[in-house]
Amino acid sequence: MDLNDTPEQAAYRTEVRAWLEQNAPHAPATRGRGDEEQAVAAHRAWQRRLAEAGYVGVTWPAEHGGQGKGPLHQVVINQEIARAGVPGILDAIGVGMLGPTIIAHGSDEQKQRYLAPMLHGDEVWCQLFSEPAAGSDLAGIQTRARKDDDGSWRISGQKVWTTNAQFASYGLLLARTDADAHKHKGLTMFIVPMDAEGVTIRPLRQISGEPEFNEVFFDDVKLEPGSEVGAVNGGWGVALTTLMFERLTIGAGSEGMGYRADRFARAIASDPVAAKDPEVRARFGELATELLALRFTGYRLLTAISRGQIPGPEAGMGKITAVNGAIAAGDLIADVLGPEALDPESEWSYLISFLPGLKSAGGTEEILRNTVGERVLGLPPEPRLDKGIPFSELRAKERQEVAS
Amino acid sequence: MNFDLSDEQVLLREAARDAFSRVRTVEAAREALEGAPLPDLWSTAQQAGWTGLLIDEQHGGAGLGAIDAMLVLAEAGRVLASVPLLGHLPATAIANSAGVAGSGTPGGGLDEGTLGKLASGELRAAYVAARPGDDVDPEWTVEPRSGRRRAPAPAVVRGDEGLATVNGSVAWVPDAVGADVLVVVGVEAGRPVAVAIGASADGVSVEPASGIYDATRPLGHVTLDDACGRLLAAGEDDLRRAWFLAHALIAAESLGAVEECLERSVAYAKERYTFGRPIGSYQAIKHALTEVLRRQENTRSLLYYAGWAYADKPDEFAAAASAARASGGAALDFAAREVIAVHGGIGATWEHDAPLFFRRAQLSRRLLGGTGDAVDRLAGELLTGSAAAA
Repeated sequence: MDLNDTPEQAAYRTEVRAWLEQNAPHAPATRGRGDEEQAVAAHRAWQRRLAEAGYVGVTWPAEHGGQGKGPLHQVVINQEIARAGVPGILDAIGVGMLGPTIIAHGSDEQKQRYLAPMLHGDEVWCQLFSEPAAGSDLAGIQTRARKDDDGSWRISGQKVWTTNAQFASYGLLLARTDADAHKHKGLTMFIVPMDAEGVTIRPLRQISGEPEFNEVFFDDVKLEPGSEVGAVNGGWGVALTTLMFERLTIGAGSEGMGYRADRFARAIASDPVAAKDPEVRARFGELATELLALRFTGYRLLTAISRGQIPGPEAGMGKITAVNGAIAAGDLIADVLGPEALDPESEWSYLISFLPGLKSAGGTEEILRNTVGERVLGLPPEPRLDKGIPFSELRAKERQEVAS
Repeated sequence: MNFDLSDEQVLLREAARDAFSRVRTVEAAREALEGAPLPDLWSTAQQAGWTGLLIDEQHGGAGLGAIDAMLVLAEAGRVLASVPLLGHLPATAIANSAGVAGSGTPGGGLDEGTLGKLASGELRAAYVAARPGDDVDPEWTVEPRSGRRRAPAPAVVRGDEGLATVNGSVAWVPDAVGADVLVVVGVEAGRPVAVAIGASADGVSVEPASGIYDATRPLGHVTLDDACGRLLAAGEDDLRRAWFLAHALIAAESLGAVEECLERSVAYAKERYTFGRPIGSYQAIKHALTEVLRRQENTRSLLYYAGWAYADKPDEFAAAASAARASGGAALDFAAREVIAVHGGIGATWEHDAPLFFRRAQLSRRLLGGTGDAVDRLAGELLTGSAAAA
């Protein structure tokens, strides 16, 4: 059992650390309000600088501009970026999840056209999967893609929870191409230019007041022939690849979420009365137990990843531990600090407001527990209405159930 | 990075599981509640080399680490095996760090022969624990018979030729009954010291605690009345470490028991039907069992942390072991209640095994300061650590 770097990782860490020390003056502020356009431009330039140094997409194959290295190299970069107190790349979603999906399923032309600008931050990407009526049950999406005679496509529908859509150049979009097939079988993945006619992007403000996400509307948006990624009606398999890389990205970055016991300890220890109060200590000790467990479960996950294993659904349990641990921490800190903790400028106010939504992000706690119960523990599945029927009949069946 | 068991550790675990599987320990746990004698697993521990696990090879031990000890205890916990390692292993860790008398170690230790016999298991030791002081209460204290006020650690007076006289009482000492050697942590002039006392020495009384809720866990009340023993040259750090090692071992036992509870719960949830469906298909059951799994894996991660810290990050061992104890204690309580709940009314009957795990959960959580103390310790370690850093 050893948390130390191998000699090769240590050498890489030294190299990355030295580079970051030298280049940190060029990094934008980690979190700022104010002029978004300026902030995005600065963040974009930072990604380009990192990419030119070979620190973006290190796990991508060399032929697509990556370094062909293992996931632990990415972990080293994430850790060193966190240590240096500088932001990561602007397009973590593109480089971490969508690029690898295109590498796995895209055509040669798509790889040639899109990957290099993505890596350098010249073209940012967004993920267009979830919809107002399909989140946990992603295969229930309703956005339609209809093929015209000339091979082009027409997209109509709505997506939601879209991070970075407001400045993204492209989106990876899951749409329904065959409503008469079973819900998983009639889906296709597309590349959508976000400046196409008929695309409308609206910011979605969260509890904190910050627009963390967007809604994206598609009104008969035309896509060129060849915009599909992977086979027509093979979109579910492509989406699963993206979700697998999402787990990998979260696994490799779990330390970077900032929900660490030592961080919360500093806030509580700043009040010497609270630091000796038995009730505060009991609450803090309980949540610190959870967050320490999260950190060291993360190391087990990284060990598995470094051996080439893909994290299974059990990795989702870490999100449950993280969110609930952080909720308990925010609650305790507010109890200790009083109303001051809820000052809009306070980091705790932001944390407290951010977490209720995070409980549903990336799969609700309930759906994660269903998946783990069925896939990891082998418990029998819930009975479901949507087995073996075409998607087009599903809605009618659901309405019928509601009426009865 | 390699945060996983080594091949040797996996083999050690498999060997332990195999050794315990040859004895009907769970049935014995029930029968012992009604007075039947427990199977003797000490010879099993001797043959497997567990008795010398934490004693250096030069003294006849295996020279292994805390993580290896935890793996054995987890397997014991899985089948509720009554093997007195919780008392023996921290005691031998202290004796080992004191070294051998006459080897130049100031203050002295046991003679080579005695240490060798502890390693082989020919002699069995029990750890008479004292809790290290913390940021709220700097005193070293021991378990009281009852209540929240902790008792002062036994008083040690140094004599000639490496001997010492000890006075005091320690309640609820695991594995003290029948032990040959008591390794007592006491206080001399405000500083913690360890003394090895023969259990048959004058002034030593070990009263078996009667009416124990978990019959697989023999406890004794130790009284020392001018009892004379050999001063061990273990430092304060060694004595702190022994306390947290005992916590980690209790957590390891809990992890094994949680795994068993979860396996039994899942198996039953697949085969028991209500309203035409297996009960495991209902979210209420499924989510509760995934919660057992979540707590189980968190505890495992924290035990790995504790094992790693014991060897490589001594400054973090107190926090790591305390977190493991807190997580393991709560996990076992939750898992034991769930295995009863999943089985329905039958799960709460005398004939069922589930209550035996429940009994284990209830008593284990109250030993050596209890899980509440471990939670408080973790908080103190992190809060003072961050205060120091700030």
